[in-house]
Order: sequence, then C-alpha cells, then structure tokens
Amino acid sequence: MNWQAVYPEILLLAAACLVALVDLWVKDPRRLVTYSLAQASLFALALLQLWYFADGFTLYAMQRMVVADPMGHLLGLFATLAMMVTLVYARPYAAEREMLKGELFSLSMFSLLGILVMLAANNFLVVYLGLELMSLSLYALVAMRRDSIPATEAAMKYFVLGALASGFLLYGLSMMYGATGSLEIAEVFKAIGTGQINKSVLVLGTVFVVAGLAFKLGAVPFHMWVPDVYQGAPTAATLLVGGAPKLAAFAITIRLLVEGMLGLAVDWQQMLVLLSVGSMLLGNLAAIAQSNIKRMLAYSTIAQIGFMLLGLCPGVVSGNTVSAVNAYSSAMFYVVVDVLTSLGTFGMIMLLSRVGHEAELIDDFKGLARKSPWFAGVMAVLMFSLAGIPPTVGFYAKLAVLQSLVSTNVPGFIWLAVVAVVLSLLGAFYYLRVVKVMYFDDPIDSHPVAGTADARIMLSLNGAAVLLLGILPGGLMQMCAQAIVQMFAT
Amino acid sequence: MPLLSIAIWLPIAAGVLLLAFGRDERAAAVRWGALLASIASFLVTIPLVTGFNTATAAMQFVERQPWIARFNVWYTLGVDGLSVWFVLLTAFITVIVVVSAWQVITERVNQYMGAFLILSGLLVGVFAALDGLLFYVFFEATLIPMYLIIGVWGGPRRVYAAFKFFLYTLAGSLLMLVALIYLYYKSGGSFDILAWHRLPLALDAQTLLFFAFFFAFAVKVPMWPVHTWLPDAHVEAPTGGSVVLAAIMLKLGAYGFLRFSLPITPDASHKWAWFMIALSLIAVVYIGFVALVQSDMKKLVAYSSIAHMGFVTLGFFLFDAQGRGNELAVSGGIVQMISHGFVSGAMFLCIGVLYDRVHSRDIAAYGGVVNTMPKFAALAVLFAMANCGLPGTAGFVGEWMVILGAVKVNFWIAALAATTMVWGAAYTLWMVKRVYFGAVANHHVAELKDVDRRELAMLSVLAAAVLAMGIYPKPFTDVMHASVAQLLRHTTISKIAP
Repeated sequence: MNWQAVYPEILLLAAACLVALVDLWVKDPRRLVTYSLAQASLFALALLQLWYFADGFTLYAMQRMVVADPMGHLLGLFATLAMMVTLVYARPYAAEREMLKGELFSLSMFSLLGILVMLAANNFLVVYLGLELMSLSLYALVAMRRDSIPATEAAMKYFVLGALASGFLLYGLSMMYGATGSLEIAEVFKAIGTGQINKSVLVLGTVFVVAGLAFKLGAVPFHMWVPDVYQGAPTAATLLVGGAPKLAAFAITIRLLVEGMLGLAVDWQQMLVLLSVGSMLLGNLAAIAQSNIKRMLAYSTIAQIGFMLLGLCPGVVSGNTVSAVNAYSSAMFYVVVDVLTSLGTFGMIMLLSRVGHEAELIDDFKGLARKSPWFAGVMAVLMFSLAGIPPTVGFYAKLAVLQSLVSTNVPGFIWLAVVAVVLSLLGAFYYLRVVKVMYFDDPIDSHPVAGTADARIMLSLNGAAVLLLGILPGGLMQMCAQAIVQMFAT
Repeated sequence: MPLLSIAIWLPIAAGVLLLAFGRDERAAAVRWGALLASIASFLVTIPLVTGFNTATAAMQFVERQPWIARFNVWYTLGVDGLSVWFVLLTAFITVIVVVSAWQVITERVNQYMGAFLILSGLLVGVFAALDGLLFYVFFEATLIPMYLIIGVWGGPRRVYAAFKFFLYTLAGSLLMLVALIYLYYKSGGSFDILAWHRLPLALDAQTLLFFAFFFAFAVKVPMWPVHTWLPDAHVEAPTGGSVVLAAIMLKLGAYGFLRFSLPITPDASHKWAWFMIALSLIAVVYIGFVALVQSDMKKLVAYSSIAHMGFVTLGFFLFDAQGRGNELAVSGGIVQMISHGFVSGAMFLCIGVLYDRVHSRDIAAYGGVVNTMPKFAALAVLFAMANCGLPGTAGFVGEWMVILGAVKVNFWIAALAATTMVWGAAYTLWMVKRVYFGAVANHHVAELKDVDRRELAMLSVLAAAVLAMGIYPKPFTDVMHASVAQLLRHTTISKIAP
C-alpha cells in the first residue's frame, strides 16, 4: 500500500491530536505553546504539500479509496496556508472574547483534515466522510462562543441546513451507486460512459448531487444559511467557514461532477448556469441593501461563488472536452483568489474590532483613511479586487472565467459572459461604498487601529499579495492550469 | 533605453513613495518631491518627440516582454503619430497640476500628489500600450485614483459625482472587456492590437464589437447622451482633477476610437458612421446651447468640453462616397484633442484661481475682475478666445481642419458643425463679459489680489503652448501624417472575408 499518498493526512491527524493533548497542560491564557505548535505543524504540512505538488505525481492508495494528485495537493496547500493565516487573524480576536481555548486550534485542524480528506477522495463514501468531519468541526467552532445568542443561533442554522445538504448529497450519491453499481469515482465515470444505464435515475441522482454541492457552496437557491451564519458567527469562525472550506467545496465539485459524472455534463451544466446567474443576481442585489459588513460580504460571497460556477459551465461544449482544462482551471484560479481576498477582508474586520466592540457595520470603517492610511489602503485594494478592477488579482480571476466562456464561441456562452459583466457592475457599487466610507467620510470615533504585530504584518502581506498577484498573475494561473491538465492526463 | 517604461513607472514609483513616506507635517518636502518627479517624468517623454521618425507609420520605441504566458499576454509598449503627443501632454499637464495644488491643498498632501503621479503613469500606459489586455488594465486602473481624487478633495456633492464617474465608465468598459476577449479568441489567442487590425471579421461580429467599443469610448469622450457624468464630475472635482479629466481622460475615449473601433471594425464603422456623425452634431449644437444657460463656470466649461469633443468624433467618422476617411478631418480631430487639452486645462485652472480666492464658481458672484486682477484677466481672456476658436490660437486649427474635411464629404454636416463658432463664442464670451468685464460687482471682487508668480508661471506656460500651436501647428500635424494615412488605409480595406 502506498502510504506516501496519505502522509499529509496522517501528519495532520497526529498534529491535531497532539495539539489537543498538549493544550491540557497549558496554563498560559494566551495559549502560545498551543498556537506555535499548531502553526508549526501546519507549516510542515504546507511544505509537504508544496513538495508533492512540485513532484507532480498521481498515486492511488487504500484500495483506490483515495487519490493523491496535483490538484489535491495544490488546493491542499492553499487550504493549509489559508488556515495558517486564519489562525494568525483569529488569535488576538479570540483572546478578547474568551474563545482562545485549545479547541479553537484542534477543531480548526480537524476541519482542515476533513478538507484534505475531501481533496484526496476517490470514492463517494470518502467524500462524505471528509465533508462530515469538516462540517462537524465547523458547527462546533461557530458555536464556540457559548453565551453569545447570535453565535448559537448561527450554529444551529448552520447545523440544520448543513445536515440537510449532506442528506441531499448522500441521497444523490446513493442513486448514482444504485445506477452504476460502484462507489469509486473512476468506475462511475466508466459506467456512465457505457451509455447502458437508465438515464432517468442518473439525472435524478445528478439533481440531488448538484443540490447538495450548491448548499455547501452557498449558491442560490440554496444560499439561505450563508448570510445568517456569516453575520451571527464570531468573525474568527466566519473566516473559518468562509475561507478554506470553499476550496474543499470546489474540489468535491470537480471530483464528483467532472471526474465522476463528466458524461452527464450536458445535464449538470444547465443546472450550474441557473445556479450561477441566480447567485450573481441575488447576491449582488441583496448586498447593496446591507449595512452590516459581514452580511454584505456574505451576499458578496454568494455572488462570487456564482461567478466561479460560470467557469465550470463551458467545460463540455457539444460533447467536446477541448475547452475543459481552460474552463476548470479558470474556476480553480477564481476560487483560490476569492479565498485569498476573503481572508484579508475578514482579517480587517477582526483588526478593527476591540474588546466590547465588533466592527460589524460598514460605518465602523468610516474615516479609516485618516486613522490608518496604510490599512485603509489594504482594505481598498481588497475591495477593488472583489469588484474586479485592475490592477488587482480579482480582475484576472474574472478575466479567466470570462475568457473560458467566450472562447467556446457558442453565442449562448458569450451572452452569459455579457450578463456576468453587467451583474458584476452592480457589485462594484457596494464595494465602492466601503472605499467611500473609508476615504470620503470622517471618523465617528477616535479609537486608533490596534491589533497585534503578527496580525498587522500578515494583513499587510495579504493586501500586498492581492496587488502583486494583480501585477504578475501568470505564475498562479499556470499552477492551476497544470493541476487540471494532470488531472485529465490520468 | 526603455523610455516608455520609464515614463510610465517613474511617476508611479514616485507616487507610491509619497504615499508611503509623505506626512502632512512634511508637506513642503512632499510638494517639492512631487514637482521633481513630475518634471523628471516630463523630461523623459521629450526624446519621444525629438527622436520621432515622422516618415514611418510603424510603432516606435517598442518594448516587448512576456507578461502572462498562460493567455499569451505581452507587455508591449510603443507609440506612433496618433499617440506620441498624448504621452507628452499627459506628463506636461501633470507638472501643471502639481504646481496648481501648491498652496491650495493643505490636507493629505501626499495622497493628493501621489494619486496624480500614479494617475499620470497609468494614463501614459493607456496611450503606449499595444497589447489589448495591457491597455485595458491601464484604462481601468485610472478609475481608482480619479475616484479618490474626486471623492476626497471634491466639493459638496463629491460622493455622488465620484460614484457616478466610476460606475458610468466601468459600465462602458466592461462590455469592451468582453469584446477584447472575443478578439483574443478570434485571433487564435493573441492580444496584439496590431494583429487585430488585420483580422478578418464578419459584419455581425464587427457590429457587436463596434458597439461594445462604442459604449466604452463614448462614455469616456463623452458623447451625447452618455455625457451626464461629466458635468457632475467636473463641478465636484478639485481643480487638478478637473484639469486632468478635461485635458487627458476625455482623450482616452477618442484615442480608443482611433486605435480600436476604426481599424478593427472598419466595415461596421462605415455602416454606423451616420450614427456617430449624428451624435457628434448633437453634441456640437445641442450641448452648445446647454452651455449657454449655465450659471456655474465649471459646468459651462464642462459642457463646452463635450461640444468640443463632438468635433473630434465628427472628424474621425467622416467617410466619402468611396468609403475613404478624410485625412484632414482625422488629423483635425487629433489636433483638436491636443489643443483642447491645453485650452480646457487652462480654463479650469483659471476658474481654480478665482475659486481659491472667492470660493464660488457662480458666474453671478463675479463681475469686473479685470479691474482688480489685470494680469490674470489678460491670460483668462486669451484662453477664452482659444476656447471659442479664434484664429491664431490652438482652438482654431483643429476645428478649421475638421470643418474643411466635412465640406468635402457633405456640405450640410460642415455647415451645422461650423455653427459651433457661433455657439462657442456666445457662451464663452458671455461668461467672460459677466465675470471679467464691467464694474467691480461686490466687495469680494474688490478685495481680489492678482496672480502670484506661481500662478502666473503656470498660466503663461499654457498660454505659450496655446499660441504656439495656433500659429505654427505644423510640428503636430507632421508627426501625425504617416500614422493617419496608415489608419485611413486600414479603414478603407474591408475586413469581411469573401
């Protein structure tokens, strides 16, 4: 058996258990030991995945239950980095809110383990296993502030709707199993390819799988949990929900729909088009009306996910998969960029929050350019990136997706690109409004921008990354393309 | 030496340094730093004209580096006769803007100067970019500093004006993005603008592309009826913002028509020339009337800008019966763009000079300024004369060339366009009469102090440019000649594949 394929998961599992155990002996309220141990093991994990990705191998292990391929390694690398950045932002925030317990670190690491399991899944059950591991850890993390009513309410909503989504997904997967007789993704792909299978069962199964995935991604009409959870959860937990898990949701979408059910692409692409246009429309319109920045960012996430889903639509054009690499790698680039930007925006919210005050309202950003020109600049870069204005990386993410649509030369897809840009124009308004309150308005209080040194440095790096990747986006694009090319090669 | 790269990145780097290290406590150092950087950036652009080979239409000072390998995007820069003067104009106007803000801007000086320097570099980038995506990146990126300039240092309705400016122009350019990606696909994966000039395209595709480009550039020019953002943006922007908007940002749209619409979609340009001519004439005549009734000086000049830019687009889309564009009219349009850069910039600076003293832009708040500010009034009247196209000033040359060109195509178009000489004179001179001439109207005017040396210097430089261009425009037209002829050859050849 190829243990090498699962070394990252083993490493993370051991580290998470170790962190949970070590924390029992830590008396320090700042949890420095636990924190450093968690960060160090995540760093080692990131290095391991970088090495695996650079190596570019594809390995199957555990009776082909799991696969270690470059796409999994690259997304795993980004998920690990996202988790490290999240913990840097979360630590001072959690310390001020009595959330800084060992569980914050061990549960975060377990949710990352769930993500890695999903990334490595080559079997329907493993997908589900990873999904549940991630989700259960996240439910607990959202509820960590036990005495906060909005947080417990958010956790409840997240749990109930998340369980419903898992049910959908499981139901769809069981139908696929019933129709094809296999749980292994590659076998399902082959079985569908024979064309001997009852189409109506397959299509019904696809509908449930897509609905389950849409729930997890937060696409309209399965988006209802997103605004409530984003707003209600403590911001650190919001970032845990809205950061790395998006990469996992993208990965299982690729694993299930592309690797398993590419033969049914005609069916699921139509569903994705509807989900995507609906998400962009509702997300962008609803975000305009928000005064709470976390809720606004939740709706903006819905819109961004809609844009990302567009990239999954033009993979198969009239039975031809020539444009598949182009399409899926653009979607992958989009989701990576979206996570990078989300990290920064929620990091900013945590930076501005202080004891007894959550910087949750857009008005809390008023006059930031006077109080701290530097962090106002960082936030402005992030907002312009979300709006897709060059020279920030968000522009190239949109460009890549639009390019994959237009390059099909199918009029329907070209018009879809026009719809997408018109809807992203709506989006520009509310992102600009954040820049407006920071730069054009006067501050409403005189609290200086505090924050620990590591969070401030990380936030500056995060903003710089958005800007620098906007000036030189080629490398990251190439990595995403390489990962998808190798996925199709095997 | 990569002159164009230096002309782009030197002001941007200086702007970033000012943003990072400038403080209001060190405002004087910031001002001098900005002035030095802007002068250096201007000096760098001078060899572009002195070393320009007027005999060829090929791109000159070309730089080419791979940028985004995955999409075959190249960092390609170069200038030809159509663009080289705008590179100079941009750098020149930036120096003036820095000087004009010297004593006026006292808060967040480093951000103000930094924004203008960065904006200057980005604008040079737009004129020098020969790669479609690079062009788009610069074109869009200019929105960010201008949005902040209007919103932070603007007047009472600055927020409204800043949003309107940003969203209007973004709306137009997003459609252009889809058009650029379509051309990328059609050309087999290339963003090379010059390759697009030779790309065969069916008429339907050309029509869609033409309108996608039209929305992007018409908003920027701005053409009637998508001009309404301009009066708001101009009125609310600080003086420097108005100057850069009028002198350079409006030219981006007209330049886009030259670089994209005409050569890439020549057949659609012929087909829709009547539409462009109609909109241009409406701008010239109707907006002229609108300018006449303005009570706010800045608004008046803003509307007069729209009318003058109508001349530019009119000149570009005059085709004779054989489908040949008119060289005189196209060159006239470009000359008009340059002269309008000087004249409108100067007009806004004059309003700025008055506004700094009286804090009103209302025409009714003034009267008899000539009595208290004789030196200033002399210069202001000169610029006003240039604005109404008096022979011997820069304003005359371009309009005259366009009208001459139009006569060859259609007498009535020329006749309607020529009425601008009447409207332009009417609204400009009436404003001059009410603001500068007559008896001293009130104690504000009575207490006015004439321009100081800084203001005198900046206005005199512009006055010299306006006169030089009006008396001897040959250097300008010589540089353009080969490139305009080449452009017209492109527009004559049909691109519809047989």
